[in-house]
Formats: sequence, C-alpha cells, structure tokens
Amino acid sequence: MRATTPTYDLTRGFWRENPVLVQLLGLCPALAVTNTVANSLAMGLATFFVLVGSSLLVSTLKNLIPHEVRISAYILIIATFVTVADLVLAAVVPDIHKALGAFIALIVVNCMILGRQEAFASKRPVGRALLDAIGTGAGFTVALLMMGGIREILGYGTFLGRPLLGASYEPWIVMILPPGGFFTLGFILLGFGWWESRRQQRSVVRDWPHGVGSTTRRTA
Amino acid sequence: MMGDLVWILVSAMLVNNFTLALFLGLCPFMGVSARVATALRMGAANIFVLVITSMTAWVLNTFVLGAAPYLRLISFIVVIASLVQIVEIAIKKISPTLFRELGIFLPLITTNCAILGLAIFQTNRGYGFLEGLFFAVGAGLGLTLALVLMASIREQTELATVPSLAKGMGLVLIIAGSLSLAFMGFAGLFSS
Repeated sequence: MRATTPTYDLTRGFWRENPVLVQLLGLCPALAVTNTVANSLAMGLATFFVLVGSSLLVSTLKNLIPHEVRISAYILIIATFVTVADLVLAAVVPDIHKALGAFIALIVVNCMILGRQEAFASKRPVGRALLDAIGTGAGFTVALLMMGGIREILGYGTFLGRPLLGASYEPWIVMILPPGGFFTLGFILLGFGWWESRRQQRSVVRDWPHGVGSTTRRTA
Repeated sequence: MMGDLVWILVSAMLVNNFTLALFLGLCPFMGVSARVATALRMGAANIFVLVITSMTAWVLNTFVLGAAPYLRLISFIVVIASLVQIVEIAIKKISPTLFRELGIFLPLITTNCAILGLAIFQTNRGYGFLEGLFFAVGAGLGLTLALVLMASIREQTELATVPSLAKGMGLVLIIAGSLSLAFMGFAGLFSS
C-alpha cells in the first residue's frame, strides 16, 4: 500500500474521493432520506458515528480478527454501532427517528462503511484509521446536506423549516418525492462532470507548449 | 383475506416499488442493468433470496427475538447471510444448471439493502408468514421489473448520440428519475 500523509488521509474522503459524489457508494440513504435538511443532517451524523466507531474498533482489533471471517466480523461490529445509533436517535430526537424509519437500521448495509473497513481501517494504525473515518464521514454528511438543501429549498421553499422563498413561491412537489432524489443527484453529477472537463481544458491551455497538437481550443 | 394478500403483492411490486420508490437495492440497479438478459437473471436470484429472507425473518421474530428485540439487526444479518450460503451450496449440488443461472449473484445479493430492508419492513408492519411470502414475491417482482425496464432503456441509449458529458452515471440517474416519476402514477391504483 502506498504511503500517504496524515493530511491526505483526512482530506481524501472529504472531496477527492467523496463517497457519494465521486464513488457513488451509499446511494440508498443519500437518495431516500434527503428530502429535508434536518433528516439529511441526522442521517449524516448517525453514519458518521457508525463509521468512526467501527473504524476505530476494526483498526484496534485487526490483528485478532482471523482473515477468513473478517467480513462477518466487520459486519457484526458495524451492526453493533448501528444498534447504538438507533437507540440514541429514538431517545433524543423521536420525530426524526420516526421520519427516517427503517433507513437507520439500513446503515448496516451501507457499502461505504464496509468498504472503508476492508480497504483502510484493517490495514492501518488506529490514528490513521480515525483520520480517514472522520474525512469520509464528513464527506458523506456534506454530500447528504447538499442533496437535502437543494431538495428542501425547491420542494418546500424552506430551509430547516424556515420559509426562504416567500409565500408566492409555488413548491416543486416532485423534488421531495422519490423522483426528485434521482434528479437532484443526476444533475449534481452532470454539473461535476462539466466542471471537471472545463478544468482539464484549462490545464491544457496553461501547459501550452505541451498542449500543442491537442484538439482543445484555446478558450481564454 | 385473499384480497389483502393480493394488495400486499401489488403494492410491493408497483406502488411502493423497492428500487424506484424506496431506493432499496440501488447497487444492482446501477451495476448490472446494462443488459436485459443479465437483469432478468439478477431479478430471479433476487426473488429467490427475498423469499428465503422473509421466511427466516418470520421464524426469528416468532420464536427467537421476542425476548431480546435489540439483537434483531445483528441476528437478521448473520442468519440471512449464513442461510443464503447454505442454500447456495445445496443448489450447486442439486441443480448445477440453476446454479449457473443465478451464479455469482447470490453472495452479492446478501449484502444488498433490499434484503435487510424487506426483513425490517416485514417486522415493522407485523406481517404473518403468508403475508410475508406475498410481500417478498411482490418486492422481488418489482425489483425485476425495474431492472429490466432500466436495462432495455440503457441498451437503447448506447445507440443514441448522447452528449459526452452525460455518458455515465449522470444519465443513468436521470433515466431512473423518469422511471420513478412514471411509477408514481401507480399510487392512484388504490384510492380507498
């Protein structure tokens, strides 16, 4: 495994390899519960907690877990933390717990969490695993908030329950229904793709002598 | 009684379609929906595992978990995953043809959120054994329908001229959104 700096471990999951927006992992919660900002925040924080807890434990126990049954062991550890998160949410914010419903339990099968255990926490020291979990968990939460923000503002005309767009705004009901989830993520991905291709064109122009002969037009 | 069962089946298949309305089982929906033939096999394997899951969840809920409900999540995962492995070994022995058809999909499906989702929904709604079976078959048929529809559309888009930007997941998600929009229409089926 390539050596990396602690800063890189922390920031990688946040932006460059964002679980939802780049790797398309954990789509199930990212689409299902992001119809309001409050739900997105609760889901993001619950997943953050489960990811950080399991990464810490897996990284600590990595020499004790036999290689053959490692996946089952990871799942058991994740399921334990999800049970804790489920009970805590039910006690602290019962309304949101009810709105999220079965999707809290479904954090167990969020492939992003299992992926981080298998690819990172099981091979690295505890400190690095913690940094990676914090970065990835924060990236996941931010992606969920982005989806939740767009969908709540367009679908209800509110942000965190406060009116934002005024009484004359006709809400786009479709944004808070299931199709809105697909459309929002689809357009975010298209936007990212457009931004990325523009950036590549610019870098070709900037490195001009090497860009000679490329088909890219000089746009600036 | 029969009417209730049919309602559960149709509702799980169309109105509350697992993939297009509840976002369960999105990984196979995005991953193996490029060809219609593969999509059909994946759907069949899904129905199979969902039925096993439904029966397992009913047994666990009725006979084991009454005393310790907080262990539900952990025991569902462990028992369903092991059972699918056992059934896979049995099929390999009894019917190699069927094994080739369902093949690599079986272990993949076990970690699919549709499976755990079915077990949890069934528990939350308090379904009995027969209701659970109809729910599982309906959910499986719904997943298959969504997969096959998606695969046929994606086969067509390969022949169409799509802007280079939209090639990839962006386009797939927008197609999924349109399909989901169409399925919203089924909500009017039961207006009682």
